[in-house]
Amino acid sequence: MRRTVFPHKLLPWLLLAPQLAITLIFFYWPAAQAFRQSVLREDPFGLSSTFVGLANFRKVLNDPSYLNALQVTVIFSVLVAFFAMAIALFLAVQVEKIIRGKGFYRTLMIWPYAVAPAIAGMLWLFMFNPSFGTLAWPLRQLGINWNPLLDGDQAMMLVVAAATWKQISYNFLFFVAGLQAIPKSLLEAAAIDGATKRRAFWTIVFPLLTPTTFFLLVVNTVYALFDTFGIIHAVTGGGPGKATETLVYKVYNDGFVNLIMGDSAAQSVILMVIVIALTAFQFRFIEKRVHYG
Amino acid sequence: MVDGTQSPLVAKGAARTMAHFWMILGVIIVAFPVYYVFIASTHSVQTILRPPLPLLPGSEMWDNYSGAFSGEINRIGGVSLWRLLGNTTLIAVGIAVGKIVISMASAYAIVFFKFPFRMACFWLIFITLMLPVEVRIQPTYKVMVDLGLIDTYAGLILPLIASATATLLFRQFFMTIPDELLEAARVDGAGPWRFFKDILWPLSLTNVAAIFVIQFIYGWTQYLWPLLVTNSNEMNTIVIALRKMISFADADTPWNLVMVTSVLAILPPILVVVLMQRWFVKGLVETEK
Repeated sequence: MRRTVFPHKLLPWLLLAPQLAITLIFFYWPAAQAFRQSVLREDPFGLSSTFVGLANFRKVLNDPSYLNALQVTVIFSVLVAFFAMAIALFLAVQVEKIIRGKGFYRTLMIWPYAVAPAIAGMLWLFMFNPSFGTLAWPLRQLGINWNPLLDGDQAMMLVVAAATWKQISYNFLFFVAGLQAIPKSLLEAAAIDGATKRRAFWTIVFPLLTPTTFFLLVVNTVYALFDTFGIIHAVTGGGPGKATETLVYKVYNDGFVNLIMGDSAAQSVILMVIVIALTAFQFRFIEKRVHYG
Repeated sequence: MVDGTQSPLVAKGAARTMAHFWMILGVIIVAFPVYYVFIASTHSVQTILRPPLPLLPGSEMWDNYSGAFSGEINRIGGVSLWRLLGNTTLIAVGIAVGKIVISMASAYAIVFFKFPFRMACFWLIFITLMLPVEVRIQPTYKVMVDLGLIDTYAGLILPLIASATATLLFRQFFMTIPDELLEAARVDGAGPWRFFKDILWPLSLTNVAAIFVIQFIYGWTQYLWPLLVTNSNEMNTIVIALRKMISFADADTPWNLVMVTSVLAILPPILVVVLMQRWFVKGLVETEK
């Protein structure tokens, strides 16, 4: 708390007004409505609604297609978070070893950050398009029956690749910053003690990167859950079948294409719980970080 | 004697060459899709449809780009390329500037004034972090319809300018301003506006630049929101228009024009990130933690 402040009484409210108005109108009011609708069921014409308690949730959680979307989301998120972080960490360690040309590599590495997820998906679809994709062509020559538009597993591989590609830049920048913060004296001490490089990496570098890794784990999970909507929507539309239908895609699809209100609201509330859990996890970890940081 | 070569973060000779090898491989993977679409945008439809695509630019570049700008996109997408680029720029700049203005104002109020419910206001803004559009999608859409904001620039920009992260960042930065600075300014008779304009704003420029880049990219790459609140082609962003062009894809799709549009959808944000790299990297790594 500051000792000196301006004495005005009305001015701070005027300064806060725009932001508060936007959060109330576009965030809190709709969020409250989502909660309200999630315990109501509307008649098909939307004229009246009745309180149904947790029936919508029960229905959603017993719906095989919701459970399928949940499974798809978990597989998709784990793959994307793992590959995007592993590749970024590997490259960040390599770039640390380089003295000349670091800036050049970094400049090229950050490109995908600026590419919209939907466009990242389209780029990968161009390259791997079964009829004219340049990279699909060698797959066909090898005798692989490549058609991500018909084969669910191949569609999943394609969206995972696009989502991973887009996120490598972000993770790379954070791992580079994390590596630079590691005291060189620790690594010298390890070298004096005769530790091999591999051992020094796994016993010193990797543990010291834990705060960065945890932070990125949360960010990557949130990214895979929410920001990849564009990739799914632009590349597969959740298909083929429901092979790439994630939770967020389903909430959009049920709410805007199939127009099932109560279900869509219940799904929104479930997503809200997931975000709150992730954010709480992130803040717990940040508190810990402060103690040894 | 320790020469440092035992460290996992130091390499000499062959090991350093190996590091270059991996980085070159990494950069190729990361940059190739962007390069590929650029190459495709310089070839004719026939060449694009006959894989593999040449690795060098073709001779159709001028034809493809001038055609795209002079009405061919209009013919297939119902809206001109100029309009799409204009819309997207307006939205990206509007969101970035809007976020900076309202977040700075809120942070200024919270840090430099004392009033009831001060921290409650802060938390109210902060908790919006947990309410991304996906978790309140249907009711937010209804609010947009009720307020008549469908197919308007206000509808594309306003709901996206609330920013917990930017408010948090400015608040943290403002709290590092020493009390003595504010006291001195007040002794000299400076009011809130003078203090902001002459002291705080010049000190905040680096943070403002960093947030501008990050939020410009955020605005440019929006997808779900423009998809929901625009019906008319005239109001599309370039990303949504591209998606529409591809979803009508059939044998007659002018792929060369699709590639040109892709390049133009990718290039402006890449230029912003690369040219403002220093602020962007600093802003990203420092603000998001």
